[in-house]
Amino acid sequence: MKMAAPISIHLEFGGGAELLFDGVKTHHVTLPSQSEPWDVKQLLEWIKANLLKERPELFIQGTTVRPGILVLINDADWELMGELDYKLQDQDNIVFISTLHGG
Amino acid sequence: MCDLDEGSNEDSMGRDSVKRISSKCMKCKESPALLIIRVGDAFCRNCFKEYFVHKFRAMLGKNRLVFPGEKVLLAVSGGPSSSSLLFQVQEGLSHKASKKLRFVPGIVHIEEGAACGKTLEERTKIVADLKSIFSTSGFPFVIVYLEEVFSLPSSVLQSIFSLPTEKDDLYKDAVAGFMQSCHTSVKKNLCHETVAQETTLTEDHTHASLLSTHAHANETSISAFRGKFPFSPEQTEAVEKLFASMKTLTAKEEMLQTLRKHLILYTARIKGYSKVMMGDSCTRLAVKLLANICLGRGAFLAMDTGFSDPRHGDITIIRPMREYSAKEIAFYNKLFGVPSVFTAGLNTKAPEKASIQHLTESFIVKLQADFPSTVSTIYRTSEKLNPRYSQTPADDKGTETCLLCSCVLGIELRDEASAFRAISISEELSQSKKPEGGQVSSSTMEECCAENKMETLESSGCSCQSRERRNTTPDFWSLLCYSCKLVVKDMTSLDLLPEYILEEANRRQRRTQIKREIQEYLLTSEDDADTAP
Repeated sequence: MKMAAPISIHLEFGGGAELLFDGVKTHHVTLPSQSEPWDVKQLLEWIKANLLKERPELFIQGTTVRPGILVLINDADWELMGELDYKLQDQDNIVFISTLHGG
Repeated sequence: MCDLDEGSNEDSMGRDSVKRISSKCMKCKESPALLIIRVGDAFCRNCFKEYFVHKFRAMLGKNRLVFPGEKVLLAVSGGPSSSSLLFQVQEGLSHKASKKLRFVPGIVHIEEGAACGKTLEERTKIVADLKSIFSTSGFPFVIVYLEEVFSLPSSVLQSIFSLPTEKDDLYKDAVAGFMQSCHTSVKKNLCHETVAQETTLTEDHTHASLLSTHAHANETSISAFRGKFPFSPEQTEAVEKLFASMKTLTAKEEMLQTLRKHLILYTARIKGYSKVMMGDSCTRLAVKLLANICLGRGAFLAMDTGFSDPRHGDITIIRPMREYSAKEIAFYNKLFGVPSVFTAGLNTKAPEKASIQHLTESFIVKLQADFPSTVSTIYRTSEKLNPRYSQTPADDKGTETCLLCSCVLGIELRDEASAFRAISISEELSQSKKPEGGQVSSSTMEECCAENKMETLESSGCSCQSRERRNTTPDFWSLLCYSCKLVVKDMTSLDLLPEYILEEANRRQRRTQIKREIQEYLLTSEDDADTAP
C-alpha cells in the first residue's frame, strides 16, 4: 500500500466567503498524507474542521458547498473537473467565491 | 410554468451527463474549456471574454437608450456586478476597443456603513479601497454617505416629465450627428480629445459635502468631523435610530434601497446626468422579482426589474448587467482581474429566514443549483411583463405617485374585485372601532390650514404643520403605495423619517386639500376622476 505524500494546496476565499475565515483571503495549507489521494469532498471536510471559524452552514451544506458558492480548481469551473470527485494534486489552486452578495 | 416542470426533469438528467470532464470549448472547439455557463455550455477563456463583452455591447445597442455624448452615472457599490459594470465601461471607452462606446460616464458610490453599524475606521478603509479603484478608471467620481440623506431637499421626490418624443428617430439622428462631428474635425484624434475633455479626468472633491449648497447641517457640533467626513455624528445617530425603529429586516432593506435610490437620483440631477446605470445581475433581478411580489409590488415588476426604469422622468435608470448570471460575473472578475471591494450589508450572515429578500435569494439559489435554468426562466418571464396601465404619468399633475418609490398610485383601485380592495375594506372596518385619537389632531390641522390658506397659497403654508402633524392621518397613508405603506408602518415613529420625506408629504397633502376645496371651480374638461382620494 503506497502512502501518498502530503500535498500543499493554495486556497483562496472571495466574494464575502472570507468573512467566515477571520477575513483571511488566502491560505497555504498542507494536507497530511493518507493512503487514498485527497479529493475535494475530503478537502471540504478538512476545511470545516480546521479552517472554518464560524457558521459552517454558510459555507458547507451536507457534503458539498452551499449553493451560491463557486469553486474554481486551477482557474477552471469545478463542474468540468468532476466537482467533488476531483483528485487533488500538489500545488493545486482552489478558489471559493461566494456569489450571494450581488453588488 | 408547465414548461418549467418539464424542463427541470431534463435538466436533472442533463446535469449528470455534464458532470463528465468535458474538454473542449463549444465555440472554438480548440482550447480547453474553463467554465460552464447556463445549462451545458462550456467556454474557453478567450471565447468567454468575447461572449461577455459582446453581451454588454449588445445590451446597450439593442435598447438604444444611451445617446452618444450623453452623461451617464454609474452606481457602483463595490460588489462584483457593479465593479464588472465599471470595468466593461472602462474597456468599452478605451482607445483599443473596436467601435468605442460613446457616452460620458461618472461614478457614484453610496456609503451605507451607518445603517449596517460599521465603525468609522472600517468605513474609512472601505472608502479608501474604493477610491483607489475609481481613480484608476479615470472617470469623475463622488462618494455619498447615507447620512447625507438628512440634508436632501424635498424636490428629489418629484418626477419631472417632458413631452414624449419619437425615440428611434432621435437616436439615429443623434448617432449620425455625433459621427459627423467626429469626421469634420481635422484629425480623428480631435474627436477623442473633445470627448476626453468633457470627462474631467481629475477626481471630484470627494471630501466636500455633496449637498453643502443645501446646508441644513448643524454647523456647531461638527468641528472635528468636518475635515474628514461631510456629515455630523448626529446624522449618523439619526440614521441608526431610523433603522433601529424598524422591527423587521425586510422593512430595513426596503428603506435602505429607497434612501439609496434617492441619493443616487439627487447626485445625478445636480451633476447633470440624465441616465443612471445600475449593476443588477440576472440572479439578483430574479430574486428581486419574486421578493417584490411577496412585498406587494407586483404591479410595478416591469419597472423594478426591467432594463429601463422611467418613473423619475428626467433620469432613466438602466440595468445593462441584467443578462449576466452571478456565476458569469464572478468568473469574469476572477479570470480578468476586475477589482472589487466586499462590503458587508444588512443581511450578511443573517439566518435564512431573517427577511423576505434573504429567504427568496436562498430559495432561488438553492433551486438554481439543482435546476440550472431557474434564473433564466424567471428572467425570461420578467421580460414578458408589460404594465397594463401606463406607468408614467404624461404630466405630473394628472396621476399621483407614491411618495417613496414614485410609482403610480391607484393601480390597485382600478379593478373592482382586487385583493387590495379587500384589504383596505377590512382595514377600514377594523379602524373604525378604535378611539379616534388621530382624527382629533387632523381636524385641528385642517382648521389651522383653513385660517392660513387665505394668506399663503402654496409655499410656507401653515407654520404649525411640520411640527405638530407627525401623526398618522389617513391622508398620509394615501400618499404611499401598498408596499411602501407596509415599510413605513413597520417604523415605531414617523418622526424618524428624514426631513425631506416629511416635507414633501406635507406639501402633497396640502395640495390635495386645496384641490378638494377648489374642486367645484375647476374647469370640467380636466380629467381628475381617478385621483380623488
